[in-house]
Amino acid sequence: MPVLLEFEESIGVLKEQLDKAKELNEKGEVDMSKSVKDLEKKIEQTRAKLYKNLTPWQQVQVSRHPERPYTLSYIDALTEGTFIELHGDRTVKDDKAMVGGFGKIDGQSVMFIGQQKGINTKMRQYRNFGMPNPEGYRKALRLMKLAEKFNKPVVTLIDTPGAFPGLEAEERGQGEAIARNLYEMAKLRVPIICIIIGEGASGGALGIGVGDKVFMLEHAWYSVISPENCSTILWRNWDHKVEAAEALKLTSKDMLKNKLIDGIIKEPVGGAHTDHAKTFAEVKKTILKELPKLKELTPEKRAELRIKKFASMGVTN
Amino acid sequence: MGWFKRIKEGITTSTKDKKETPEGLWYKCPKCGNVVSTDEHRENKWVCVGCGHHERISAEDYFSLIFDANKYTEFNKSMSSGDPLKFEDTKKYSDRLKASQKKTGLKDAIRTAHGMMNGKKIVVAAMDFSFIGGSMGSAVGEKISRAIDHAIKFKAPLLVISKSGGARMMEAGFSLMQMAKTSAKLTLLADAKIPYISLLTDPTTGGVTASFAMLGDINVAEPGALIGFAGPRVVKETIGKDLPEGFQTSEFVLEHGFLDYIVHRHELKEKLSRSIEFFSEDEDVSKK
Repeated sequence: MPVLLEFEESIGVLKEQLDKAKELNEKGEVDMSKSVKDLEKKIEQTRAKLYKNLTPWQQVQVSRHPERPYTLSYIDALTEGTFIELHGDRTVKDDKAMVGGFGKIDGQSVMFIGQQKGINTKMRQYRNFGMPNPEGYRKALRLMKLAEKFNKPVVTLIDTPGAFPGLEAEERGQGEAIARNLYEMAKLRVPIICIIIGEGASGGALGIGVGDKVFMLEHAWYSVISPENCSTILWRNWDHKVEAAEALKLTSKDMLKNKLIDGIIKEPVGGAHTDHAKTFAEVKKTILKELPKLKELTPEKRAELRIKKFASMGVTN
Repeated sequence: MGWFKRIKEGITTSTKDKKETPEGLWYKCPKCGNVVSTDEHRENKWVCVGCGHHERISAEDYFSLIFDANKYTEFNKSMSSGDPLKFEDTKKYSDRLKASQKKTGLKDAIRTAHGMMNGKKIVVAAMDFSFIGGSMGSAVGEKISRAIDHAIKFKAPLLVISKSGGARMMEAGFSLMQMAKTSAKLTLLADAKIPYISLLTDPTTGGVTASFAMLGDINVAEPGALIGFAGPRVVKETIGKDLPEGFQTSEFVLEHGFLDYIVHRHELKEKLSRSIEFFSEDEDVSKK
C-alpha cells in the first residue's frame, strides 16, 4: 500500500478498518470475509471518486508522490534491459540530474533522455532533486545530435522542479544551454516524442520538451512556474499555492484544452505510483503508436510541422 | 550653548506649500547621484555623464538611437496579449493589462519596426520594461515571430533588443511556449541566412535569456546590465551566501563566454552597422 497523500485521508480510515477485519478473519473467531470484500470494494470506489475530481493542487501533490516512478524506471521497463546509459556533455562534467542513452523498444533503437530524481534522501542529493545544470542540457543535446547522426528517434521523459538556479549554473550559461536546446530541437531531423511524467516546471522542462508530439501523464503538471513560486511572486507569500495551481491551468486536461500539448496518457486509478507496470505499459503503447506515424514523414516535413505547431501557440488581440 | 535656538519643533510646512523641483527637468543618476538636465541627459543618449551608467530606456528611445533620422515604420502596433486563462491573482490579469496600457501608453511589452540603419535596411524588435516588467506573453512571442517573418521577406537583418524579467506568469503555459516559439522561428531566419543580432540590456533574465536573447549570431550587451537565467535573489537563496561582486553583469557574462562584445550606447549604432556589414555579400574586387 503506497504512502497516502493528505487528501486521501478517507482511504486511510477505510484501510485501517480493512486491516482490523483481516486480522479478525485470520484469527478465525468471526467470519469477516464479507466485510473484507466490502471494504476492499469501498476503498476502490472511494479512490476512483477522489481521483476523478482531483483539484489542480491535488494533481501537483500526486505528481510529487514519493513512490511515483522516475525516468530511469520508465526507461528500464520500456527497453527491457537493453538500455545503455551514456554520460557526460564532453565539456564540463556529467550531470546526474539528466540521464540518457540508447535502448531498444520493440526492436527499435531509441535515444531516451530525461531528468532524473532520486529515490531516497541520499539519491535525491546525488540527482540534485532532478534540477539539471547547463551541462545536463548540453549532454541532452549531445545525445540528440548523436541520435540524429544515426537517424534514431528521440524520446524525452520530463520530470523536474526546474533548471538549477545556482551560481555555477549561471556562470556556465544556464540560459544559453536551454535556449540552444529549444533552437536545435525545433529543427532536429529525427522524430521527437516528449512525455511529461511528473513535474514540468518552466524552462527547465521545456529545455528537453520541443517535440513532434508532446504528451502528459494524466496527473503530471506543466507550466511556466511552480505554484509555490508563483504564489511567492504574485501573492508575496507561499500560502496561496492552492490558488496559484488553480490559476496556472497546469493540469494535463487544461494543457490539452489550450492545445499546448498533443495528448494525455492515462494513469491507473489512484495515480502512477499505485501501479508502475500498468503506467509503463500505457507509456510504451503511446510511444509505439506514435513512432511509426512520425517515421513516415520526411525530416523536412517533421521539422516544418514541429515549428508550425509551436509558432501557432499564443492568444493575442 | 548653541548659536541658534529652535523656535518650532518638527517640519511645519504643509505638503502643499513645499517647494519641489518640477518633475522632468532634472535627471539624477541612481548610481553616482550626478544631476544633469533631462535635455542634456537625452543628448548624452540617457547615459550618465558622471559614471557612464546606462539608464533603462524605452523601445521608442532605442528606435531613435538606431533608425536614421528617427524614421521607421512600426508594425502590428495595436497587438496585445489575450487572457485565455482568465488569470487572477490579487488582481485580474485583464485589469492589469488595461492598467498597464493606460499607464504606459503601450499595448504590450515589445514594439517592432523596420527602417534604415546607416543607410541599410533593418528590422528592430525592442522591449519595454515599463510594461509588466517587460515580461514575455503571447504578444511578445507573436510580434517577434512576425518580425522574423518580416526580416525573411525583406531580406533585412534582425535586431532584437531584450529588456525583460522573463516569461509572463499570468499567461502560464502560453508564456512558456513563447520560448519554444521564438527559438523555433529563429531556425527559419537562419535557414534564410539572415543575420540576427541580439542586444541584451538591463535587465534580461528568465525565459527571455533562455530563448531568443541568447541565440544571436552575435550577442551584444550594454555595459553594466543584469543578465542571467535565475534572478540574483533566487541564486542567493539557493547558495545561502552573498553573491560575488559583479555577478550576472554584462561584464561577467562576457567573461564567461556568452557575449561577443559589450558596447557603449554612444557607439551602438556604429558598431552594430559594422558587425552586420561583415555578413553581407563582399564587393567584387576584380571589378575595381
